[in-house]
Amino acid sequence: MSGEPQSERFIWNRKHLLGLRELSREELFHIFDTAEGFKEISRRSIKKAPPLRGKVVVNLFFEDSTRTRNSFSLAASRLSADVMEFTAKTSSVSKGETLRDTARNLEAMGIDIVVIRHSAGGAPHLLSRCIDACVINAGDGYHEHPTQGLLDIFTIRELRGDMTGLKVAIVGDIAHSRVARSNIWGLHTLGAQVFLVGPPTLMPSEVGKLPVTVCHDFDAIIGQMDVMNMLRVQFERIGSTVFPSVREYTRLFGLTMNRMKRAKKDVIVMHPGPINRGLELESEVADGPNSTILRQVANGLAVRMAVLFLVNQAAAQK
Amino acid sequence: MQVLLDEQEIGRLIHKLAVSITASVGESGDLALVGIRSRGDILAQRLQRILQEKGYGRIDRGTLDITLYRDDLNSMGHQQPKLQSTEIDFSVDDRMIVLVDDVLNTGRSTRAAMEALIALGRPRCIRLAVLIDRGERELPIRADYVGKVMEVPPDRRVQVYLKERDGRDEVGLG
Repeated sequence: MSGEPQSERFIWNRKHLLGLRELSREELFHIFDTAEGFKEISRRSIKKAPPLRGKVVVNLFFEDSTRTRNSFSLAASRLSADVMEFTAKTSSVSKGETLRDTARNLEAMGIDIVVIRHSAGGAPHLLSRCIDACVINAGDGYHEHPTQGLLDIFTIRELRGDMTGLKVAIVGDIAHSRVARSNIWGLHTLGAQVFLVGPPTLMPSEVGKLPVTVCHDFDAIIGQMDVMNMLRVQFERIGSTVFPSVREYTRLFGLTMNRMKRAKKDVIVMHPGPINRGLELESEVADGPNSTILRQVANGLAVRMAVLFLVNQAAAQK
Repeated sequence: MQVLLDEQEIGRLIHKLAVSITASVGESGDLALVGIRSRGDILAQRLQRILQEKGYGRIDRGTLDITLYRDDLNSMGHQQPKLQSTEIDFSVDDRMIVLVDDVLNTGRSTRAAMEALIALGRPRCIRLAVLIDRGERELPIRADYVGKVMEVPPDRRVQVYLKERDGRDEVGLG
């Protein structure tokens, strides 16, 4: 095969994707470039390519998920891998034991890549230390959700190119959001300016250590923002002390058509889904010209194909 | 690196390829050129220009990335191919496709390219044009249009440099 000087090339050598915090600029760009190459497959009539032929990908989900799980399954299928669905609940056995035992069982079946979602932050890290297979974090506790962060940033980059100095607001329940954390680290590495917007009760306790600007008044900064990522209101927290009422939340932090009048004309409106229409996002905004929600879903598939492809490449190298 | 061919010779070989392509496909009008990344695509561009100057009319051209179809993806050690886009914005169904590559060696790139192409549709036929055929085939594949056949010791590498990508036109022996 004709080649070129290998020294010019970036080598991807992570066989696990655990978070965006540890990724360099070059690594993020490499994932995005690879994802770009995968977008074309979704436009074909036969949406399949063979690079993971004969490999086994396990979806190991200890928490409910529909879209992330489906997106990973479809991504793995499009790369010709065999996909095994493994649904487990953490309720019965203590978490550490279950995870280790499950991991050993899976290893015995000869698997290659584990996609894990777990309610405990750090579970994917633990798993990566006890098995040989590649581990991809599909959300761990309030810690990280790296592929969601990647697809959000990939979508921004696709629309805006250079991220330097771009102002990105992440709005809502930051404290309980792994999506927010992955976005913060990735955006920060690429030189964007991150604003966290929400009530003080929904800010993480370690917010002072994050590379962000905190703001409790959405209207005060909305006019400067290039991107607004509206997090989902988590109903299970409504009515608690941190979250007095839905109406108050929408009045202060919901993105309504009225509030959009104060935003830049070309502002990008994002949402990780599923949307609570009329709560954090008014329907007309969600379906409006600034919304990238469906683009995010399509990009999610390409990004997950890229991640599966790259961790397998790194494993083949070792 | 020993220089085997210079700019002038490369230009002459590309013209020769263009002439042999037109001689064999005639004016059928369904010809499309598909270049294999990362230098076959540049050669395809130049061939397209020459054929159009010769009055061949409109010729579709696309670029194929064969990374996903390589048979050595899981055994490449530290040589990691980077996936790039395949850009073919026309239907390949029932077309006469000429695949364009810089060097034909083992034939494995060509096999991967055929698989990648067939994943997009069913061409009427696929032909192969290469600037250099250096032999050492590992698969039953041959080129239909060859710029130059070169006999090279098996441990040496034929490297093609093209202006659009490398700043100069040259074929070297590494």
